[in-house]
Amino acid sequence: MRAQSRLGLFLLLTPLLLWLTLLIVIPHIDMLLVSLRERVGVGEYRTSLANYLTFLTEPLYLWTFLRTALMSVLATALTLLIAFPVSYYIAKIAKGRVQSALFLLCLVPFWVSELVRTFGWMILLRETGVFSGLLQWAGLVDGPVEMLYNDVAMMVGLVYTSMLFMVVPLVTTLESLDDSVIEAGYDLGGSGPSILREIVIPHAMPGIVSGCIVVFMLSLGNYLTPTMLGGKESLWFTELIYSQFIVRFNWELGAAFGFMLLLLSSVIVWAVLRLTGQTLEKTMG
Amino acid sequence: MKLFTLKMPLVLSAAIATAAGLADAASAETLRLLTWGGYAPENVVAMFEKETGITVEVTKSNNEEMIAKLRATGGGGFDLAQPSQDRIAGPQEEFGIYKPIDLSKIDASLFIPSMLEATKANTTVGGEVYGVPHVWGTSGLVVDTAKAGMVRDYTDLCGDAVAGKVSYRLKRPTLIGFAFAMGLDPFAAYGDEAAYKQVIDQVEAKLIACKPGVKTYWGGGDELMGLMRSGEVVASMAWDTGGWKLNADNPDITFVAPASGALGWIDTFALPKKTKAEDAAYQWINFVMRPDIAAMITEAAGNFTASKGADEFVSAELKARYQASFPPEAVDNIKWYPPVPAGLEVIEGAALDRVKAAN
Repeated sequence: MRAQSRLGLFLLLTPLLLWLTLLIVIPHIDMLLVSLRERVGVGEYRTSLANYLTFLTEPLYLWTFLRTALMSVLATALTLLIAFPVSYYIAKIAKGRVQSALFLLCLVPFWVSELVRTFGWMILLRETGVFSGLLQWAGLVDGPVEMLYNDVAMMVGLVYTSMLFMVVPLVTTLESLDDSVIEAGYDLGGSGPSILREIVIPHAMPGIVSGCIVVFMLSLGNYLTPTMLGGKESLWFTELIYSQFIVRFNWELGAAFGFMLLLLSSVIVWAVLRLTGQTLEKTMG
Repeated sequence: MKLFTLKMPLVLSAAIATAAGLADAASAETLRLLTWGGYAPENVVAMFEKETGITVEVTKSNNEEMIAKLRATGGGGFDLAQPSQDRIAGPQEEFGIYKPIDLSKIDASLFIPSMLEATKANTTVGGEVYGVPHVWGTSGLVVDTAKAGMVRDYTDLCGDAVAGKVSYRLKRPTLIGFAFAMGLDPFAAYGDEAAYKQVIDQVEAKLIACKPGVKTYWGGGDELMGLMRSGEVVASMAWDTGGWKLNADNPDITFVAPASGALGWIDTFALPKKTKAEDAAYQWINFVMRPDIAAMITEAAGNFTASKGADEFVSAELKARYQASFPPEAVDNIKWYPPVPAGLEVIEGAALDRVKAAN
C-alpha cells in the first residue's frame, strides 16, 4: 500500500520534474555557460567574466537596467493603486450578478492577445488617432496631438496589461474578509481610513504582495509594450537582450544580461517580502 | 528455428528498406524554405508543387533572424535559406552554418552573369561558393514629395523643415547610409576595426544630434507604411519597394535614390549545413530563376531578380516606377554592400544602443 502510494506520487511528479529539468534547469545551465564565454577571435572562445564586466563598465547598460527596474516598480505601484478600489468594490460592495459582471469586465481584454491590445492603444493614442481627433473635435486643441512614443504611453500600456493579475489575488483575499469584522470596527468607533489601515489592508496583505510580485515580474519581462508604445525614447532591458541575441549575434553578452535580469528580479522580490514581513509560502500558497 | 533465422534478416532488411524509403520520400517531398516575405508567393509555390510534387514550407524571416535560427540549430531545420550576400561570409566563418553550393547543379544560363559572378565572389569562404543571387534591390529614402521635397539625402532627415516628421530604423543600413551622406566611406574601413569604429562614432554623434526631430524609429515594414500613409511621417529611410507600394496609393509619395547613393543589396540562395532536401533546393532555385517565374516573384515582392530576361515579363507599371526612382546615373551610383567581416556587428550594435538610449 505504502509502496504503491509512493509510486503514484512519483508518477504524478514526473511531468513536473521533466518540465522543470528539461525546460528550465538545463537551459539555464547552458545559458550560464554561454554567459561565461568570451569571443577572442573568429569562432574561438575562452572562459572569462568579460561579459559581466562589459555590463558593469558600460553606463548605458547599467542605466537601462536601473531604469527598467524603477519603471517596473512604478508600474506595479500604479496598478495596485488602481486595482485596490476596483477589487474592494467587486469583493465587498457589488453583489450577485453585478459582481460577476464586473469581474468578467476585468477579464474581457485578456480574451485577445497582448499584441492586439497594444495595437488598440496605438490606435487610441497616435497623432491621427481617436483621442487626438476627439480633442480637436471638441475644440480643446488646435492641431493634432501626439500621445504615443513616450514614457507615459508605455506606463499606460504596462498598467493595462497587468491589471488582471492584481485584481484576481486582491478579490480572492478581500472576499475572505468577514463583513462582521468591518462592522465591529465601526462599532468600536473606527473611521473609514482607520478601518482600511487597521483591518482591510493587513488582511489583504498576502494578496497585495502576491499581486505585486506577479505584476512586477510581468512588467520587468515585458518586451512588446515598451517597444511598441515607448518608441524612440524608452529602451527596456528586454529589448537589449533581444538585440544582443538576434541582431548582434552576441549570445554571450545577451546571456549575461539575462542572468543579471534574473538576479535583479530575485533580489527585488526578496526585498519586498522582507520589507512586508511576508513569506513566499504565505503569499503564493 | 532454421526458418526463423532465415526469415529474420529478410524481414528486417525489408523493414529497414521500407523505413528508409519512407524517410527518403518524406524528406524529398518537402522543401523547408527560410526566406523573406514575397519571395515565395503562393502561385509560384503551387506551380512548383504541381510540376515536381515537392511540398514547400515557407518561413518568412529577415537577415538577423535567419542567422540566429540557423546558428541555434547548427544549420538545421531548413533546407534552403535566403540571406543577403554580404551576410554569408562572416557568419559562415564564425558559426559554420552553411554548406557549399554545387554549381554544377545550377543552371548558370538563367542568371544575369555579372550579378552571379559578383555574388559568387562575395560569398566565397575557403575556396567554396556559398551563395547564388536571387532578388536585388536598394534602400534609400521614401519621401512625400509634396510636403518634404527638399529631402534628397539621408542627412536631410535632420533638417528643421521636417523635424518631428521623419523616421528611420535603428539598424546597420542607417549607419552606413548616414556615413556615406556625411562624406565618409564605411565600406573602405570594413577591413580595419579601429578605422571603422571612428566612422561609426561620427555617425553615432550625428544620429544623437538628429534624435529630437525623429518621430519614432520604425521596426517593421507595416509600421512604416502606417506612418507614411497617415501623413504622420513625411520622409523616412526605407526600401525601394516600400516607396513604390505607397506610390500606388498616393502619387505624391515615392522612393528617392539619395544623392550620396542608394545602398544595394542582393538576397541569395544558400544551403544550410544540415539541409535534408538538397536536390529539392536545387530544383527550386532553377525553377524560380526561370524568367516567367522570376517575373511573378517580382510582381509579389516588388523587387527585380537576378534572372536573365525576366524584365520583359514584368508589368509596365512597376517598370515605370523603377525608372522614375532610378535614372541611369542613380543606378551607377548604387553602393553595393561588400561582405561584412565578422566582429563589426558588435561595434555597430553598441553605437545603435547608445543612440536609442540618448536623450
